[in-house]
Amino acid sequence: MVARVQLPKEARRGEVIEVRIAIQHPMETGFRYDQMGKPVPKNVINSLKVRYNDAEIFSAELGSGIAANPYLQFCTIAEASGEFVFEWVDDNGSRGSERAAITVAQ
Amino acid sequence: MSGDRLLLRVAALALAAQVFSATAAEPQRPSPLRSGVEFTGESARKLQADDFANPGMLWVERGAKLWSEAPGGDGKSCAGCHDDAARSMKGVAAHYPRVDPDADRLVDLEGRINLCREKNQQAAPLTRESDELLALTAYVAHQSRGMPLAVTVDAKSRAAFERGRVQYHTRIGQMNLACTHCHDRNWGRKLAAETVSQGHGNDFPAYRLEWQSLGSLERRIRACYYGVRAEMPPYGAEILLDLELYLGWRASGLPVETPGVRR
Repeated sequence: MVARVQLPKEARRGEVIEVRIAIQHPMETGFRYDQMGKPVPKNVINSLKVRYNDAEIFSAELGSGIAANPYLQFCTIAEASGEFVFEWVDDNGSRGSERAAITVAQ
Repeated sequence: MSGDRLLLRVAALALAAQVFSATAAEPQRPSPLRSGVEFTGESARKLQADDFANPGMLWVERGAKLWSEAPGGDGKSCAGCHDDAARSMKGVAAHYPRVDPDADRLVDLEGRINLCREKNQQAAPLTRESDELLALTAYVAHQSRGMPLAVTVDAKSRAAFERGRVQYHTRIGQMNLACTHCHDRNWGRKLAAETVSQGHGNDFPAYRLEWQSLGSLERRIRACYYGVRAEMPPYGAEILLDLELYLGWRASGLPVETPGVRR
C-alpha cells in the first residue's frame, strides 16, 4: 500500500492548515464478481485515524461507497511543533501508516 | 451511352474511390492538436492538474520506490545504473515506442523496462498491467512531463508505422468503425455523454475513473476495440505496438502529461 500525505512543513501558531492524504487501495465493494463468477470479497479501508502530537484530531469510517484510492482532506489548527501520525486498517486486517512532521513558530 | 449505364459507371467510380481512400489514407494529424485532457470534464481536469489529488501520482510514488529496489539475482536496482531518474530519464518517454537496437524490434516503454529487467537485472519480466510495471512506467514517463512527444519514423520503424497507419484506417468489429472515424472525423463531438477526443496517448499510463486504476495505453486501445465490438488483441501484441507508434507520430509535439486523469 502506497500512501501520500501532505501538510505544510512550517506554520505559525494558531494558523489553519490543510492536511491531505491519499492511499492506494482497491476499495473492493463486495458487490463485484470475478471472471469465473465468484463474488469478490469486500475489502475496504474501514477506518482512518490521524493523531497530532498523540491527540486524535481526525477519524473517518469508510465504506464500500468510497471510490478506490481514497483521498481525504481536512483542516486543523497548528498548535505546536511535532508529528502527525496517520493510521488506517482495511477489512483484511492490513494496516498502514504514514508520518509527517511540522514546525510551528510561536 | 444509356442513362442506366452512366449511372452504373458513376456508382462504380464512387465505390472505387471509397475503397482507394480506405487503403491509401494518408497519415494525417488532427489540426489543431489537442490533448485528451481538453475533452474531459472540469472535475477530471482539476484532478489531473493537482499533483497531490491526482490518483496516478500514487503509482508514480510507488515507481520511485521500485526504482531503487533490486528485483533480480545480481542485486542491481534501476538506480544502480541509471542513478537519478530526474536526470537520466528526462525526455526518454517522449521517444517511445521505438525500435530497440539490441532487441531489433519495436518496444514501448513497458517493453523497454522489461528488456532491462531481463538483460541487466536477471529478473523476470513484469506482467503487463501489473501494478509494478504501471508504477515504473508512470515514474519514468513522469520525468518527461511537459516535453514534446517525438517518436522516430525511419527505415527501421517504417514497416511498423505503416502497419499502424493501415490498422488505424481499417474498419473493425460489429460496429464496423476505424479509429479514424471517431478520432479524425468526429473529435470534439459527443458520443453519448462523452466528448470524442483526438485519441492521443501523451498522458499514459493514465488514471481512468472508469477503471478505478492506472492503465496503459494498450489497455486504452483495447477498450476502443471492445467499444467497436472487435476482438481485442492480447497485451503486447505487435499490432498494438504498431498502433502506439502511429499514435505517437500523430501526437508529435504534444507534451507528455503522465499521469493523466480520464473519465
